Amino acid sequence: MNDAAQITPDQLRRDAEEAAVGFPALMAGADQLAATISLGAHGRRRAGPGDEFWQYRPATAGDPLREIDWRRSARADAHFVRQMEWQNLQAVHLWVDRSASMQYRGDKDLPLKGERARILGLAAAILLAKGGESVGLMEDPQPPKHGRGQLTKMAMRLVETASDDYGVPPNKEMVRGNRALLISDFLGDWESVIAALSRAADQRVQGCLVQVLDPSEESFPFDGRTIFESMGGGLSFETRRAKALRDDYLERLAERKDQLEALARRTGWMYLCHHTDQPAQSALMWIHNAIAGPAR
Amino acid sequence: MIAFGSLGFLVPALLLGLLALPILWWLLRAVPPAPLRRRFPAVSLLLGLEDRETTPDRTPWWLLLLRMAAIAAAILAFAQPVLNPTDRVAGNAPLLITMDGSWASAQSWAARQDKVNEVLQFAVQDGRPVTVVLLSDGPRGEKPLNFVNAGDWISKAEGLEPNAWEPNYTDWIGAAGTAEAFETLWLSDGLAREGRAELMAAFGEKGDVSVVEADGTVFALRGIGIESGALSTTALRLDAAGSGAFSVLAEGPDPAGITRSLARAEGALDEGAREVELAIELPSELRNRVKRVVMDGVRSAGAVVVTDDSIQRRKVALIGGGTEQEGAVLVSPLHFLRKALVPTADVIEADFTDSLQANPDVIILADVGEMSTQENRAVLEWVEGGGMLVRFAGPRLAASGIGQSSEDPLLPVRLRAGGRNVGGAMSWGSPKALQEFPENSPFFGLDVPNDVFVESQVMAQPDPNLAERVLANLADGTPLVTGKDQGAGRVVLFHVTANAEWSSLPLSGLFVQLLERLAISARTSDLDAAELEGTIWVPEQVLDGFGVLRDAPALAGVDGARLASGVFGNDMPPGVYVSGDRRVALNAVAKDRVLEAAGWPLGTNFLSLTRSEEQPLQAWLLMAALALLCIDVLATLLVGGRLWMRGAIAALALAVLPVQPADAQDEAAILNAANNTVLAYVETGNSKLDEVSRAGLLGLSTELFRRTSIEPVAPVAVNLETGELSLYPFLYWPVSDTQNVPSDRAMERVNAFLRGGGMILFDTRDANIGRSLSGGTPNGKRLQTIARSLDIPSLEPVPQDHVLTRTFYLLQDFPGRYANADVWVEAAPPDAEQLEGMPFRNLNDGVTPVVIGGNDWASAWAIGENGRFLFPVGRGSQGERQREIAIRFGVNLVMHVLTGNYKSDQVHVPALLDRLGQ
Repeated sequence: MNDAAQITPDQLRRDAEEAAVGFPALMAGADQLAATISLGAHGRRRAGPGDEFWQYRPATAGDPLREIDWRRSARADAHFVRQMEWQNLQAVHLWVDRSASMQYRGDKDLPLKGERARILGLAAAILLAKGGESVGLMEDPQPPKHGRGQLTKMAMRLVETASDDYGVPPNKEMVRGNRALLISDFLGDWESVIAALSRAADQRVQGCLVQVLDPSEESFPFDGRTIFESMGGGLSFETRRAKALRDDYLERLAERKDQLEALARRTGWMYLCHHTDQPAQSALMWIHNAIAGPAR
Repeated sequence: MIAFGSLGFLVPALLLGLLALPILWWLLRAVPPAPLRRRFPAVSLLLGLEDRETTPDRTPWWLLLLRMAAIAAAILAFAQPVLNPTDRVAGNAPLLITMDGSWASAQSWAARQDKVNEVLQFAVQDGRPVTVVLLSDGPRGEKPLNFVNAGDWISKAEGLEPNAWEPNYTDWIGAAGTAEAFETLWLSDGLAREGRAELMAAFGEKGDVSVVEADGTVFALRGIGIESGALSTTALRLDAAGSGAFSVLAEGPDPAGITRSLARAEGALDEGAREVELAIELPSELRNRVKRVVMDGVRSAGAVVVTDDSIQRRKVALIGGGTEQEGAVLVSPLHFLRKALVPTADVIEADFTDSLQANPDVIILADVGEMSTQENRAVLEWVEGGGMLVRFAGPRLAASGIGQSSEDPLLPVRLRAGGRNVGGAMSWGSPKALQEFPENSPFFGLDVPNDVFVESQVMAQPDPNLAERVLANLADGTPLVTGKDQGAGRVVLFHVTANAEWSSLPLSGLFVQLLERLAISARTSDLDAAELEGTIWVPEQVLDGFGVLRDAPALAGVDGARLASGVFGNDMPPGVYVSGDRRVALNAVAKDRVLEAAGWPLGTNFLSLTRSEEQPLQAWLLMAALALLCIDVLATLLVGGRLWMRGAIAALALAVLPVQPADAQDEAAILNAANNTVLAYVETGNSKLDEVSRAGLLGLSTELFRRTSIEPVAPVAVNLETGELSLYPFLYWPVSDTQNVPSDRAMERVNAFLRGGGMILFDTRDANIGRSLSGGTPNGKRLQTIARSLDIPSLEPVPQDHVLTRTFYLLQDFPGRYANADVWVEAAPPDAEQLEGMPFRNLNDGVTPVVIGGNDWASAWAIGENGRFLFPVGRGSQGERQREIAIRFGVNLVMHVLTGNYKSDQVHVPALLDRLGQ
């Protein structure tokens, strides 16, 4: 059950990059472009910090020497300064549940829930980074950044596991208009999930919820006298005939999913339920569409 | 002990434990299976749910049943069940174990001995005094039933052997009365016999009698004779139920004097048939050799018929003097001889030269006088070589005057000129009758009929040695029949004619009897007490109970009357008896014997002889219980949901699936041998020797690869019993004296291999050192044993022009590690000759199937993994040269195997070139 501990950061990144191959650069919607101050690949149609060439302008006094474009200046008598288009960045906050409940799989051929969640999270981060967005983990107090270094740092954080039974999205100050991606099984305390989502919505942050479940959590293939224990051992429940509980359980699971979906709809978020026996690509595609989707 | 049918329990009290099973059932039902702990993240969703059903906390019924079965099996196991429990003859009284001990019990003798041994063991445990008697032996001494400690009998009983004759019960009835009370265990042979009921009653008076009878039927052969040229005998059996096939072998010496089976006949007894007659067709030469006829696979004196003169058909050449006159049949000198001999002998009538070429046993000359010198010499040579010459007198003999001046080697006595006539019209005196036969005569004991008269005869010259040569006299003391030994043969002269001209002897029955006594014609009648009166018969070979003929040097002669009675005993076992020239075979089964099952009084207690081994079942039941408990473990896991079904099935499949890869391996080996040239060696079972063979063939393969276009792969070992031989052109077979002789089936395969063009190089590896001592080296003797059943042609040492000397290298000797032994190959055909202008004879068309030598070639060829030679050969450069020649021999040999006589064909090249005008 502790397989995740053996995943090295390198391996996690390699897996994630494999999953990210073939996607177009993810461009986050920039519907609140003007209101943000962060830099991004969304051109502001004015000179400023950025990577794209915008214009040459005659050098004026006070321009540092190193900004003079000597190649352009050599074609004329005056000196020119090369100006770039001012770009701003979409920032995406990621939370991947790494609690004990994610360290579960019903079949040894399937990945752990946590493993799948990490890969999805980091793959999304890589796609975003390729699109030039800045990404960051919600646990990380630093604001999101961009570049390979940030991905490496995130990967190193992601391989850590938490000992809690169930994970709760951490409370983080997010800038208005940022996006968030929460990946968890959302089987923990319902109130804390609601609280976290409400907080994010209050900050006018939009995003998506990805619920990762094991197939056995969907089908409940158990029978006989059983004591069910949570992964951390904090909760336990004994039944004399597990099979008889199946219908009740499935009902409750469906209810939990409905709640999540309703909550997401209410706050303008998007919700996906992903099972570990499904291919990760489809989920990633969904995430890509959700985050790069039409601005609201 | 309690027994149910063939199942018994040694500790039946434990079976009460089975009563506890229902309680156990109830207890087990009440205990729910232990809960399973399972980690499950979604437990948070389960919290607060109520159980709706509670049934499965009961153990499922099938699991309960499984456990019940396991416990029941354990209880049964500890009650020590025994299949086929031995029946014990219980009691404390002295125990008499009687065995019929006849030939009929020989078939199941081992089982009988086992039974006796078993009973004796129990008797030892019970401390009973015991005596074991063979009824066929007859009561011996004052106290025939001498009960002693059972332990003393255990070793003695193992040595008991059945007799070839049947018991005489009446002798024993009295003997039974001499002892106090005892119980009897009677191991009967199952045949009805006179006096059995009386003896049974006599035993019954003393105590309980249990009877053991064998389950199988009893087979026997009865009588032997000749019917229309074929040996005929009758097969009998005791039990008429079912139909059974059997085969009968006629055995006798082959020309080399070794007894082997000369013919085989298959017979079948139909349902309900007790006997069937069987004919064995044989050429007369072989038929005369038949010494005994046995039923194949039946070890019993009853299933053996020993033959005697009665089936001998002598080859008799009849030669008459002068020319036979047409129409005068009755006066032909040969007529009466022909009549007497044709039914019982093979009669040849031809002239001297042709008759002698047919190599007859007897030549009868009827009134033959002068013979040419050449004929005389030829006949004399034949007589001295063991022939029997019988001559009849007659006018020609009398007129020829032979043997009158001096003794003729072809006449037993000197003759007086003229002869005499008595009782004729022109003579005085009356025709002379015969005297009783003298005691030293072969005719002794024959009745002299009073109607035989002699009117004319040739007279013997009185001689000092005349008396001992007389076989029969006339009433007046003149010899009528004389005989003498000549070399290894015998010459007999009847002083009368063979027709009724001179005497009425040929008209009487005595004539036939005389011929029979002279062993000219075969005996046709049964033994007749009166006829045998006064003769003494010495047993030559006797049958033991198992039907084996043994020499009988120590047995005393038997009186003729006793012989004729046919009642066997210790003093007269069945066998072959000899008196003079006559042999009589007495067989265990009399001519009129019919096998009938013994009848027993009602209420007789029968015990089984063929006990199927007592089989303790405890171990099996315990194992079953254990297996059930193992299944229970799996099942419990399954019920508890803790069993990963796939894993369990995989484990079961692994345990159950037979291991298959051996086949694949075989196939790979076959492919390897079929696709490549592979040298092979025979596995001898001696790992060291096998390793040397492998290294040797590896060395040879390497050299072949290097020097020639033959590119063999690594050599392989071949197991003659299982390996496929047809894939290999060449087998190297090192012989060691510890090697087992391969089975007949393996030998058949080797023969097929040889016939299919394969070659075997036999290597005794001992350079034949010590061959002259004790008839061969140990390895050589072993090779002889092995080769005996191989299809090996006649051999000769490799001749100088054998193709083996030039298939690749030109060689004249074939050293291995040793260089001094001859190498033998198939002999050249006798008509091989060297053609003019050819360097070689045109020899064997084909490959010699075997090459036999003792030069330890494999050691000379052997190389190790590093390519270096493993064994030293000789010394210095001389040794190197020898090794080189050894390798060249190997190259030549393999070339010879693969190219056959190709190099032999090269001898025609000069002729071909010549024809082409080159």
